[in-house]
This record gives sequence, structure tokens and C-alpha cells, in this order.
Amino acid sequence: MIHFVLLISRQGKVRLTKWYSPYSQKERTKVIRELGGVILNRGPKLCNFVDWRGFKVVYKRYASLYFCMCIDQDDNELEVLEIIHHFVEILDRYFGSVCELDLIFNFHKAYYILDELLLAGELQESSKKTVARLIAAQDSLVETAKEQASSISNIIAQATK
Amino acid sequence: MSGQSLMDSLFQRTLEDLIKGLRQQLIGEQAFISKALEEIRKEIKSTDLSTKSTALLKLCYLSNLHFHDMSFAAFHALEVLSSPRFSHKKIAYHAISLSFHDSTPVLLLITNHLRKDLTSTNEFEVSLSLQCLSRIANVDLARDLTPEVFTLLSSNKLYVRKRAVAVVLRVFEKYPDSVRVCFKRLVENLENYDPQILSAVVGVFSELACKDPRSYLPLAPEFYKILVDSKSNWISIKVLKIFAKLAPLEPRLANRVVEPICDLMRKTGAKSLLFECVRTVVTSFSEYESAVRLAVGKIREFMVDEDPNLKYLGLHALSIVASKHLWVVSENKEVVIKSLSDPDPNIKIESLRLVMAMVSEHNVAEISKVLVNYALKSDPLFCNEILGSILSTCSRNVYEIIVDFDWYVSLLGEMSRIPHCQMGEEIENQLVDIGLRVKDVRLELVRVARDLLIDPALLGNSFLHRVLSAAAWVSGEYVEFSRNPLELMEALLQPRTSLLPPSIMAIYIQSAFKVLVFCLHTCFVRGGSTAGVSASASYESFDDLSVENGAGSTVAHGQTCTSAPITNESIVNLLKLVELALSPLLGSHDVEVQERARNLLGFVDLIKLEALNSSGQEENDSEQKGVEATKIIRLVHDAFSKELGPVSLSAQGKVPVPDGLTLNENLGDLETICSDIELPSSNTFSFGYPSEEKDVSSFSNLQIKEDSGQSNESTSLLAEHRKRHGLYYLPSGKSEVISNDYPPANDPALQGDNNDTASDLVKLTAESLVPKRKPNHSKPRPVVVKLDEADEKPVAVKHPESRDDSLSGAVRDILFGSEDILPTSSRSNLPSSNRKGKEKQHMITQVESKENVVGDGNSSSRRKDHSHGKERRHRKKNAEERNETDRKEKESSSNHPRRQKSRQRAEEPLKVPPQTSVIPDFLL
Repeated sequence: MIHFVLLISRQGKVRLTKWYSPYSQKERTKVIRELGGVILNRGPKLCNFVDWRGFKVVYKRYASLYFCMCIDQDDNELEVLEIIHHFVEILDRYFGSVCELDLIFNFHKAYYILDELLLAGELQESSKKTVARLIAAQDSLVETAKEQASSISNIIAQATK
Repeated sequence: MSGQSLMDSLFQRTLEDLIKGLRQQLIGEQAFISKALEEIRKEIKSTDLSTKSTALLKLCYLSNLHFHDMSFAAFHALEVLSSPRFSHKKIAYHAISLSFHDSTPVLLLITNHLRKDLTSTNEFEVSLSLQCLSRIANVDLARDLTPEVFTLLSSNKLYVRKRAVAVVLRVFEKYPDSVRVCFKRLVENLENYDPQILSAVVGVFSELACKDPRSYLPLAPEFYKILVDSKSNWISIKVLKIFAKLAPLEPRLANRVVEPICDLMRKTGAKSLLFECVRTVVTSFSEYESAVRLAVGKIREFMVDEDPNLKYLGLHALSIVASKHLWVVSENKEVVIKSLSDPDPNIKIESLRLVMAMVSEHNVAEISKVLVNYALKSDPLFCNEILGSILSTCSRNVYEIIVDFDWYVSLLGEMSRIPHCQMGEEIENQLVDIGLRVKDVRLELVRVARDLLIDPALLGNSFLHRVLSAAAWVSGEYVEFSRNPLELMEALLQPRTSLLPPSIMAIYIQSAFKVLVFCLHTCFVRGGSTAGVSASASYESFDDLSVENGAGSTVAHGQTCTSAPITNESIVNLLKLVELALSPLLGSHDVEVQERARNLLGFVDLIKLEALNSSGQEENDSEQKGVEATKIIRLVHDAFSKELGPVSLSAQGKVPVPDGLTLNENLGDLETICSDIELPSSNTFSFGYPSEEKDVSSFSNLQIKEDSGQSNESTSLLAEHRKRHGLYYLPSGKSEVISNDYPPANDPALQGDNNDTASDLVKLTAESLVPKRKPNHSKPRPVVVKLDEADEKPVAVKHPESRDDSLSGAVRDILFGSEDILPTSSRSNLPSSNRKGKEKQHMITQVESKENVVGDGNSSSRRKDHSHGKERRHRKKNAEERNETDRKEKESSSNHPRRQKSRQRAEEPLKVPPQTSVIPDFLL
């Protein structure tokens, strides 16, 4: 299974973290510091796998972002590379040629997409179209709710309740 | 209040504002964040759910990417969760799965929220709550929500169903009894035709099978069908993983599966699937020659590929094969060796592992030579990786593969001279270890040590200090093998030794002491009779060396092979040198160095007079004194010449504990009482050689006694303390016994006062020595002293079930349909080990009852297949059962009807009705 997903920028800034195994806040920072050091220092034409504390970390760089996933020793590295690519393609489709800024400002949306894709550390949905459809459906649910909420009259009604 | 909240909602910063502000960094990141956190703390208390949820979202952002604690918002997250709006729920669930953990106090309150959403008609709400459950489930949550998850497993919304399937894995892990409820439905989903659901189910089973494959054997037919029919690579990969676990357990299954896997390997274009096939074959189907050949062909393609990923994986797969088919590695030797110079460090390490796998006693010399040359050229990191793996491979199993120790010792010397070498500690250990274990190599060892010591350049490299300390120790301990002790002395006392850290400096001085004693002894005691002639006259053949045995307390003097003459004159020079070199150290800040320097100088003072006398005058003049000096020299020499042997790790355990001494008594509260009293602090350091690390701690006992004897102050303090807290003191007689009981096993200095217990220990140590000689070598391998128990690393017995026994037990119960098992709830509360025993017993009784009373041979054989541990106890029964399984096989193939018949007749008393096999022969 996938233990966690990290997105780290080339400067070492964390853009997204998702933990499927229990890690305390302290461990999380430590993991990120350690792996950031290892992965960012690797040259461009090397293999995409790093042995790390008995696990394997598969990473791939897209533009200025490193997508990293940590898996068990006997998991399939190439499969995980495909999952990463899959995720990137879905992001790309959703944001329309995605860039780092999209992920910075819509950090929660990136999470929602990841949640559609992976569940409990396993791939859930291998079809890009389906993910896009599901996300769109949920977005519309959110939008309608938001419209209701943000109308001034609603706010006043609530406040003067 | 309402006005306040209105202001809050109108002028609240949104997440976007927060991120923008953070990026502009007008007031610095930390300041901005703490300001934002302050706002959030205020906003999150708002009664307006929109405000609250926005605050929560911002908090998530800060917690997730800037690692700020958000546990304070746990309850607020729950409040947001209760909102009817989807957007709020989404944020709340996100926050919860991000921040909740098993010890979050409000976890108890979430159960009903989750239940409500799990039964919601909105599939997205259900999905959110499933997702959250998969992350935060604990025993209680898993137990309470099992019914809901069970319902969802057959939901007609595929989207919900596949998520429920994935979550079931977590529920099983946390609450194994849920297996009884959900497992059947999970298995039903295996027959689903929707690839998404199938993918999820297979994913769950591949995780489950990792932990306890045996329980899932009966499902093999279903998996086989999926393997053959599957169009999706994702699913195929997972199924292959399952078969990799199942195949080793059941040869018939392996027989059947190996062909489809090979087909898949030939046909597929996807590298990921191809690699999974290869890995499955090399890990679990290594007996199938043709399959392995095919896989090796693919591995070779991987290894020569341009893509570094494939290259790495190819090498990785090769190292899996290597354990069983070493020929594969030798076949691909060129590629492997070429990869040693790959730019990618991971590939290099992988190929290094492979090279080391090829090492055997025949080629260890050549391979090491090649590798050391590689190490010279490569970067520091990899260089040390190489050296480390050479060292660990060669020392494996007490230097199993080393035949020519002379070569190995000189290799160690060579390795320590490599500029990047940082393996000083390991080399140090091995040098000393070999010195202790292999007698025949000591001559070469001393030569190597001398070369290292003599080179002043090495002293500047701090990584080498450990090696030098070993070299110093070796040359002191085995000085009788030295060709030129005088030269050694100069090396040990050279000015640049001031660069050494004090602990090693101390070893240098101690070694100098030994060398000096040896020189004096050669000159006066032995040489005295021949009037100080060169010791080289008594150069004897080395054959004597091997005759010498460990029991001898004196090292035969005839072994000396000193070639340089030791004359009175040179002794005088030597003494001068010692004085010159050590007198500055008398003021050393390190107690250890200071003490040893003082010892040595004291000894020199004692001897000097005699030496000068006897050099200047006739011996008769100072006969009285000369005799005394000779006596001293002889005494000290005897003390040093007692041979050090390796000490078995369990040696101390063999010393019987005296009656009435409780070692496990808790002395914790003693500390609180003592905290106000200053204890004598001088017992913190210990004296010992590096080889004695095992036992040094026992010195402190003796030392405390000495110290307290010397210093009145501490004695009185102790006495006072004893008066106050006499309760905690052991009776005085006893304490004496203790200190005698654990003497330094082999310290030469203490060997003199050979008290009973010490000799006991020595005897015990000697008993545990098992000299082992390996036959059939063209060149005889020297004896390597082994300690029987100490060197056999205690192999941790691995219980495959230990962690998940409850889970797999539950699965087994379901799969093998035993309704007659204990009510589940009573078992779930027992601690696992306890339960395991109980379960085992339970199973056994079941088996017995079935065999004897019901005579249902089938189900009992089934049980045998799937319960571990029992086999040992029921050998006989197993044999019977095996017969039955045999019979069943025969039945299905029905090749020998006659034999089968006779067997049946033989078993008739048992009244076994012939039934179809349980694992239905994997006829698929």
C-alpha cells in the first residue's frame, strides 16, 4: 500500500502531504525533512526509486514539483510511477495545464482529487474521465451550498437569529 | 455577540487571502502565521458554520503545509461535521482525517456522525465518511460501524461499493471479528464483473495475503479466474502479488499458475506488469526452470535498458534470483560489474550487492582486489559502501570464507589506507578479533600493524584513529612476533601521537609498556645468561607457533623472531626515549593517559638504575639489585604474556548467582534517597583494552572498593550513608562475593592474583572454545577460534501469525465454515498471545474429536492445512492425514484404482466417507 504522498517543490517547500498510515506531527516533519534532502539532491537522469528506512519511495519530477509516494518493499515501483502520472494527468485536466500556483491556491481541491484517486493507500479509480466527472459533481454540490451561504441576506438572517 | 459574529463573517479572511498574505510575506512568515492562527482561534468559536468552516480550512492549510498543531480544533471540526451542508462536511472530514489519531479525546463523539453519513442517500457523503473511517478507525469505531460497512458492501451504487470494499481492510485490521460479518460479502464481490470493484477487492486481498497467505488458499480458484480473464494491468499486478504469496504453500497451485504467468510475461507490453511477473517468478516459482529462464531473459533486457528505472529494477530482480540460482548472476557478470560505475548511486549499491553475492572462498581474493580498486576511484560515500560490504561479507560467520588470513589481514591494512575510508571502527574490531581468534596469522598481523604505526601521515586522519588503536594493541599484545621491537617502540612514541584522542593515546602507552617489558625481558632475563647478545640467535622456525596451545600460561620464549639485536645500549636509549616522550604526558588532562604514563615512567625509574648499572659494570657488582630488577621484569612479563582469549558472551551467565542475592530487586527508590548525597565520583572510568569491552564494566566494583579505601572522605560519607539507609545495603560479606564473582575475565594485570572465581571463569571460557578446522583446502586454513554460543547469533524465531493471528483466525473460521467455534466476543478481549494458545488448543481438541468420534477425516485434514504450530505436536496424526490427502489426490487422478481401493478398505474402521477435497484440487 501507499503510506504517504508528498508534493515538494524544487526549493524544498511542501505543497501537499497525505498520510495513509499513522504518523505523528513530529514524525511527519521529520519524514519530510529527510526525504526532501534525499530526493532533491538526486540528479536528473537517475532512477526514480529511493530506499528509505525499509520502505521504498517512488518520486517523479514534473516541472518544479516532485511527486513522492512511499510504498512497501514488495510493492510494484513501476505501478506507482503510473499512479503518479495518472494523478498529474487528472490535475492537468482539472486545472487546465496545471502549474504549481494552482496547487498552492487550491490546495484543498488537490486533496479532494487525490481522495478520489486513492483510498486507504490503494488506487481507487483508474479512469481519468470518471474522476473528472466525480469531482465536477461534488464541486457543483459545494457551489450551490456556497451561493446560499454567501448571500448577504442569509448572513444577516443568521446573525440576527 | 451577534454583531461580532456578523463582522467576523463579513470580513473574514478566506483561504485565498491567507495564502496570498503568506506569499507576500510583508511581516515575515512566522509573524504572519501566528497572527493568522490567532484569528483562526477566534473565528473557529463563531456560531456561524460558514465562518467556522472557513477557519477550519485555513487551519488545515497551516497544519498541513506549515505543521502547526491543530488538535485544539478537534471539537470544532466535529461541530462543522454536523452541518447539513455538503461543503462544510467536506472541510470537516478533511480536517478530521488530517488531524485525528487514536488518542484524540473527541473520537468517541464521531461515531454517530459517521453512522449518519454512512447511511446517507448522497453517495458523496457516504464516500467522505468512508474515507474518514479508513483513516481514523480504531477498535471502537470499527466495531460500531461494521454493520453499516457491511450494508454498503452490497450497495447498488458502484462508487460507494468499491469504497466500502477498500475500507473493509482497515476495519478488519482494527476489529478482526468484523471478518465474521463482512467476509462472505467481500468474497462475493470477487465475482463482480465491474473492473473497479474487482480492483478494489483484489487490492484488499493482496494486502491481507501479505500477512497470512495460508488462510486465503481456498480462494485460489477465484484468483486464478481473475488472473486468466483480467484485462486490466492494475488488477493483474495485484493478483500476481497474491499468487506470489500463495504458490510456495501449495505446489499443486504453483504447477497450475506458472503457465499463465509465463504467458502473461510473454504477451504483455506494460513494463510494470512484466516486472511484477518477473518478480513473482523469481520469488515464488524459482523451482520452475523454464519460467526462471524466461524471467532471466526479461531481467537481462531490463538491465541493459537505457531507462535507469528498469536497470535498477533489473538488478534488484537479479539479486532476488541470486539467493537461489547463483548461476544467473555469473551469467550476467559483465552487466553487473559495468553497473558498478553507473552514475546512479542506487544502481551502484544494487550491483555491489550482487557482486558480493558472488563471493565465495575461491574468488574472494580477486573480487576484493577489484572492489578495493573501485573504491579507490569512487566517491567517498560509495567507497565506504564498498569497504563496508567487503568487511561484512568477509567476516560473516566468523570469517567463514577466508582461507588465507595473511592475505585478509594485509587487505585490512590496505583498506585502512584508502583516503576516504571511514570504516575505522569495523576494521579495528576485525583486527583485534582476528588476532584473538587466529593464532597463525599473528605474525602477519603484527607486520601490518607495524606498517600502520610507523607511518606518521596516518596519524593525521581522524577516521583512522580507531584502526591505529587496534594496530597499537596488536603490536603490544603480540610483540614477540615483531621483527624489531625497538622500531615499534619508536613508532608508538613518535611525537605525532599527540594528535590522537586520549583514549587511544592510553592504548598506545599501554602497548609501549608491553613492548618495553618484552625488550627488557629479552635483554636481561633471557639474554642475561648469554650476556646481552642479539636475540636473533635464537631465531626458530615458525612451526613452533602452531604447536603452542591456548592453555599454556607462558608464551614459549623460543618463538621470538626478533632480528634486531637488543643490547644494553639500545635498552638505555629506549629508556631515555620513553622518559622523553612520556614526561610531558604526566600533566595530561585525561586521567587515563596520565595514569598510564605515570605507571610506565614509574617502571622505567625502577629499572633504569639496574639497566645503567649492568651496562656499565660487571654483573656481580650489583647482583643483589640486579636479581631484584630481573624479578620485577619477569613478574611483569609473566603478567603480560598471559594470553587473552575471546570471551563468550554467555560466559558471565555461567557464573552461579550466590544464594540470597536478588539481582532483580528494584533499586529505583534508592536513587531518590541518594540524590542529596554526593557519591564518590571516581568510579566513572574503567581501565581495559579494546578487546575487553565485553566485561569492563565489572571493574567498577573493584574500583569502588579501592577508591573508598584510599579516600577517607568518601569512606566516611559512605559509612554515614550506610548507617542511614542500611536497609538498602547488602550484607558486607555478600558484597565481597559479588565483586569477586565477576572479575575481568582475561585481564593480564589481574591474572596474577588468581582467585578461585576468576579461574572458574577462565575454565568456563576455555570450555566454550571450540576450535574448528575446515578440511580439504590445498592450503590448510588456520584455526579460527569460535565460541560456541556466543557466535551463533540468537535467531529470532518468527511467528508468522503473531500480529494478525486474530484476523487470520477469523478469516480461517469463515473460509472453513466452522460454526461450532466459541462465541466470538469472548475471545476478542484476550491478549493476543494468550488467545493464540487458546485457539490452538481449541483447534486441537476439535481435530481430535472429529477424528475419533465423527471420523470426518476431511475437515480435520483441512484444519491441519490451515493451522500452524499444531503440526509439531501432532506428528502422528499428520501422517495419517497426509495419507488421506494422498488418497484424495489419487482419487482425483484415479490412476491406481486398486491401490486406492485397498487404502479405502484399510481406513474403513474410521468410517471416512470419501469426499471431494476441500481446496478443490484447484481444478479451475
